[in-house]
Amino acid sequence: MDHVKRFFLVFFILLNLLVTPRLAFAAWQTNMPIGVTPISHAIYHLHMLVFWICVGIAIVVFSIMIYSLIRHRKSRGVNAAEFHEHFFLEIAWAIVPFIILIVIATPATKTLIQMNDNSDPALTIKVTGYQWRWRYTYLDQGIDFFSNLSTPTQELQNQAKKNPWYLLEVDHPLIVPIHKKIRFLFTSNDVIHSWWVPTLGIKRDTIPGFINEAWAKIESEGVYRGQCAELCGTNHAFMPIVVKAVTEKDFNLWVKQQSGELLNGTNT
Amino acid sequence: MEQTLDLEHSAPQGFLTFIKRWLFTTNHKEIGTLYLLFSLLMFFIGGIFALLIRAELFQPGARLLNPEFFNQMTTLHGLVMLFLAIMPAFSGFANWMIPLMIGTPDMAMPRMNNWAFWILPVAAILLFSTLFMDGSAPNFGWTMYAPLSTTYGPASTDYLILAIHLMGLSSLMGAINIIVTLLNLRTPGMTMMKMPIFCWSWLVTAFLLIGVMPVLAAAVTMMLMDRHFATSFFSAAGGGDPLLYQHLFWFFGHPEVYIIILPAFGIISQIIPTFSRKKLFGYRFMVYALLAIAFLSFIVWVHHMFVTGVPLAAELFFMYTTMLIAVPTGVKVFNWVTTMYRGAISFETPMLFALAFVILFTIGGFSGVMLSMVPADFQYQDTYFVVAHFHYVLVPGALFGAIAGAYYWLPKMTGVMYSERLGQWHFWLSVIGVNLTFFPMHFLGLAGMPRRVADYSLQFANFNAIASLGAFLFGFAQLFFLYIIIQAIRGKGKKASAKVWDGAEGLEWTLSSPPPLHSFTTPPKFE
Repeated sequence: MDHVKRFFLVFFILLNLLVTPRLAFAAWQTNMPIGVTPISHAIYHLHMLVFWICVGIAIVVFSIMIYSLIRHRKSRGVNAAEFHEHFFLEIAWAIVPFIILIVIATPATKTLIQMNDNSDPALTIKVTGYQWRWRYTYLDQGIDFFSNLSTPTQELQNQAKKNPWYLLEVDHPLIVPIHKKIRFLFTSNDVIHSWWVPTLGIKRDTIPGFINEAWAKIESEGVYRGQCAELCGTNHAFMPIVVKAVTEKDFNLWVKQQSGELLNGTNT
Repeated sequence: MEQTLDLEHSAPQGFLTFIKRWLFTTNHKEIGTLYLLFSLLMFFIGGIFALLIRAELFQPGARLLNPEFFNQMTTLHGLVMLFLAIMPAFSGFANWMIPLMIGTPDMAMPRMNNWAFWILPVAAILLFSTLFMDGSAPNFGWTMYAPLSTTYGPASTDYLILAIHLMGLSSLMGAINIIVTLLNLRTPGMTMMKMPIFCWSWLVTAFLLIGVMPVLAAAVTMMLMDRHFATSFFSAAGGGDPLLYQHLFWFFGHPEVYIIILPAFGIISQIIPTFSRKKLFGYRFMVYALLAIAFLSFIVWVHHMFVTGVPLAAELFFMYTTMLIAVPTGVKVFNWVTTMYRGAISFETPMLFALAFVILFTIGGFSGVMLSMVPADFQYQDTYFVVAHFHYVLVPGALFGAIAGAYYWLPKMTGVMYSERLGQWHFWLSVIGVNLTFFPMHFLGLAGMPRRVADYSLQFANFNAIASLGAFLFGFAQLFFLYIIIQAIRGKGKKASAKVWDGAEGLEWTLSSPPPLHSFTTPPKFE
């Protein structure tokens, strides 16, 4: 088996050489972001709870399996035991997972009910999916605009250095206030898209002829990015979402500015 | 003991006779071989599609494929792997092994068996022909969601619809044949609860096929009507509902994943006892678990649609039923582990693939439990986390099950032992390749990468590069498999004994290797 070892050694060295230079500029994010809304926090904790439960079960089951593989090898000259049935054991390992499932279903149910509470929003924004851009309509403020990918073609075609927000930048971001309950309504003009911003804990399909809802209450100022998550045709990869959360004061200022531009007819 | 009728073909030579023999054969072993070879070919074609996808995704930026062609590749990769590679592989094993395992000369309906197979290449040709048509091949994903596939679908979609009808027909005929064979042709003394577990897994699978294939046929027919006959089943503008399509599709689609995995469960449940030299632990509960999984698979389909805005009550119901599937699946895993416990284990290639199956399929099961929680699913849905999940259950799951079966029965089918050394190479390269490819995809999905994108932002570059390298390693490893199979078919290698594996039990191991073309012409004694 020596040549096998040597092969894998060379393979991993090559793999390392290929991957290491990228370390310098790219992230190695391995987990879900904790996000900036109560819902995204709840989702994160739920996710971690189930993850650790799975790790626990895996350790128990795989340890027993690996123990058998080491101890009960034919090459050690062992003889196979005869047993092949045990009624109570079978019942037990049907019931134990069932109890574990109840443990995770309880918080999941609670969070889900909370997510579905769309009552008393301070602000309602309609999100409409188009092939391949988003349209945002502020129902109470009368603001309405499209949001397009703004990454230059040269970067897409590898003729220019890609900027850090390659494919995650738009011309007109969605501006929202922090600490306010924002209600989103989702629909589509053509095919099914899906509006997803991981840090807000929101993903909803936009379906032509139907309206879906979700809400968010953002805790801190910042720029939150996401993408279309449902295959919607050729440019599915090229319709990002950028949400800019600002203070209420700045938001009102922005609204006034937009309305002013509307009156002057300069908003295109 | 075994009477061989003098029906062996006296092998008249000539191209036409050769074609005729395989075209008109009604022998279960020959049809089984056809299924297996066809599936192997499709596995490599679907694999090439996958490698093109991974090549494009090796680095961010437009590289090899334009997004339009990329979408065609994701669509065809899925369709080919599911309908033309994995499903025919298990049909092949069913045809070969079920009559040998239950001690009957052939399948109950040999002529229908022939037809069921020969429809498949026609369906494959229809499907691949779309690549050469004006416009585009189907480019809306294997799930074919309306209205992307109806109002916005390319002209070639109609060929896909016809191909799906044919594949459905083939599966239905195969399923009916298997049910009739298993219920009527078991050798005297073999009661249902003494049937080999592989036969049980296929019996349940066949019922699932009969349950859901007509639903898929209905859904694609409605697609065809919407496209050409001015109906509006899936168009909101005409009073229809795009979600109706998803309900119909997933009512088929979820049992479909069990159609794909249950035969693999069956194969693994044959292999682990053989190489542990110990009877399968909890046979009775293994059968009950199969039945429970089959039942539950019909009432979980909405978990593919949690983000479409289904009502809260439906989300809760489908979350709970989906979680419940973990119970019978857990029973199967625990029973496999307990079968090994205090056995006398050896590590031939089929056993290695079976062990990798148990561990890696279970990892896929864990991510399945995570996905069942609706709130978390809002983050996972349509991301690479889902891609990682279903590839863990389909590649080191279903595919490793099929490969394990191939190594396990290859000496029986061909009469020669494969090279154990090459088999081990194939295993270790595959298992490393598969994990390098699919494990980083969990990270990508959690970090925010949507699935089915032709390009991605810089933060996803590292893990995508690793996944692509892993994919090419995995693809390379399969060349070992191809070589091993070709050598076995050519009869190169040590002669295999009738029993092949010292721990093997069952009627198929009482026949010579390879078995005579017509076997069990008188029912064998059982126990």
